[in-house]
Amino acid sequence: MRMTTTTLPRRTALYDLHKEAGGRMVDFHGWELPVQYSSVMQEHHAVRRACGIFDVSHMGQVEVKGPDAIAFMQKVSSNDAARLKDGDAMYAHILNEKGGVVDDIIYSRLGAQHVFIVVNAATVAKDYAWLLEHAEGMNVTLENRSEHFGMVALQGPKAERLLSDIAPEAAKLKRFGALPLQLYNRDSLITRTGYTGEDGFELIVPNETVPRVWETLVAEGASYGLVPCGLGARDTLRLEAGYLLYGSDVDDDHTPYEAGYGWVVKLAKPSFIGREPLERQKKEGLKRKLLGVKLLERGVPRSGAPVLVGEERLGTLTSATFSPTLQAGIGVGYLSKPDLAPGTKVSVELHGRRMAAEISAVPFYKSPSLTK
Amino acid sequence: MANPESCRFAKSHEWIVAEGDAAVVGLSNHAQKEITDVVFVELPKVGRKLKQGEAAAVIESVKAAFDFYAPVSGEVTAVNPDLPGNPALVNQSPHEKGWFFKIKPSSEAEMNSLMDFAAYQEFLKTAAH
Repeated sequence: MRMTTTTLPRRTALYDLHKEAGGRMVDFHGWELPVQYSSVMQEHHAVRRACGIFDVSHMGQVEVKGPDAIAFMQKVSSNDAARLKDGDAMYAHILNEKGGVVDDIIYSRLGAQHVFIVVNAATVAKDYAWLLEHAEGMNVTLENRSEHFGMVALQGPKAERLLSDIAPEAAKLKRFGALPLQLYNRDSLITRTGYTGEDGFELIVPNETVPRVWETLVAEGASYGLVPCGLGARDTLRLEAGYLLYGSDVDDDHTPYEAGYGWVVKLAKPSFIGREPLERQKKEGLKRKLLGVKLLERGVPRSGAPVLVGEERLGTLTSATFSPTLQAGIGVGYLSKPDLAPGTKVSVELHGRRMAAEISAVPFYKSPSLTK
Repeated sequence: MANPESCRFAKSHEWIVAEGDAAVVGLSNHAQKEITDVVFVELPKVGRKLKQGEAAAVIESVKAAFDFYAPVSGEVTAVNPDLPGNPALVNQSPHEKGWFFKIKPSSEAEMNSLMDFAAYQEFLKTAAH
């Protein structure tokens, strides 16, 4: 007898609403999610100019509780947990013993003994196993809350005004602030975070209330120009902002330094997993680094495209797209010359042709909504 | 420029319609929806001689790159001058402002071998995934 297993794509609590709204559903790491509703371009521009909402319910949540909660975060992540007060959130990397990135996360300190971690969808099981393993001997309890919570990202310069109509106290959060609150009588969490390069909020609410949150934001947001947005716009927005896509731009075999994310590594804080190899790498210098590339001709680079300087192949793009804001092809890739300065002329091979390009500073685009 | 119902269609989703002794070609409404936002179009040079089914243009959308095939054999007599600067016309107006190029067909038989509007609609149903 032969056993076969089929894995059906999972659906978020918003699946029916996406279908009703004309969402074009695709498989994303085993989740059936809308890649777009109307048009990636329109959705992208709506987030840069007004606001948009994204179903990010596929993302995972892990709660850490106990006297060692903060010490545990110090040990398993690269950024300095001691800098957080209650109600502060932080971007960080979980590292393996080689200094490679197990996952990139945002976590909130909700109390001296309570941390709330948001992890990537494709890595929930891996992360949770990793965290459990390294919690041994520490006075913490971990709970994987990914099945309980859904998540909606409200992003864009108008996000604050819209949220102030619905959850006024959360709209007053500072950037990277976190507020536990009751939404529709359920324990929820709102953080002033996001992955689009715009100001915005992430609403982490139990699955049973996700549809009400979504429908309220859509209804109240219409007058602000809010549109529902799919994975397509999420990808173009995050790449313009220079944010990493875990699994493509960074993974277990690449370090934060190589990814250009040295700022999330605080070598001066108490010891953490992955610190020694990073210290060594910092001393010895990098052999490769994730650099930005911008096309100087009209065209659309794709991930996997080779990047050359003269005849020398430096590496390939790990993420690439047409930037709706810059109206130019952009991408990032690990290149074997880490010190190439922005403006250095390179070429990108596309469909057997070499397109003129240059090294670009990352982020490719900085929103005024984040610099005010 | 071209009422879809008077066009003929290739299985690769290009439309063609006679205009004088030449014909205008473009991409069907169904195909532009599938391709999503077009951000770049590379058109053939005027004077290029194409064979039916030959890759004649490249369409890049946010999603991927696609080849545009010549629906019939013939010589390119004109290209849409507005398309390179405004590739979104393919999405906004696939049968009018988003036309690709004009071709002088070398064979009438090829034109007749293409699907008419009703047959194309039927083809889309059976080809549906």
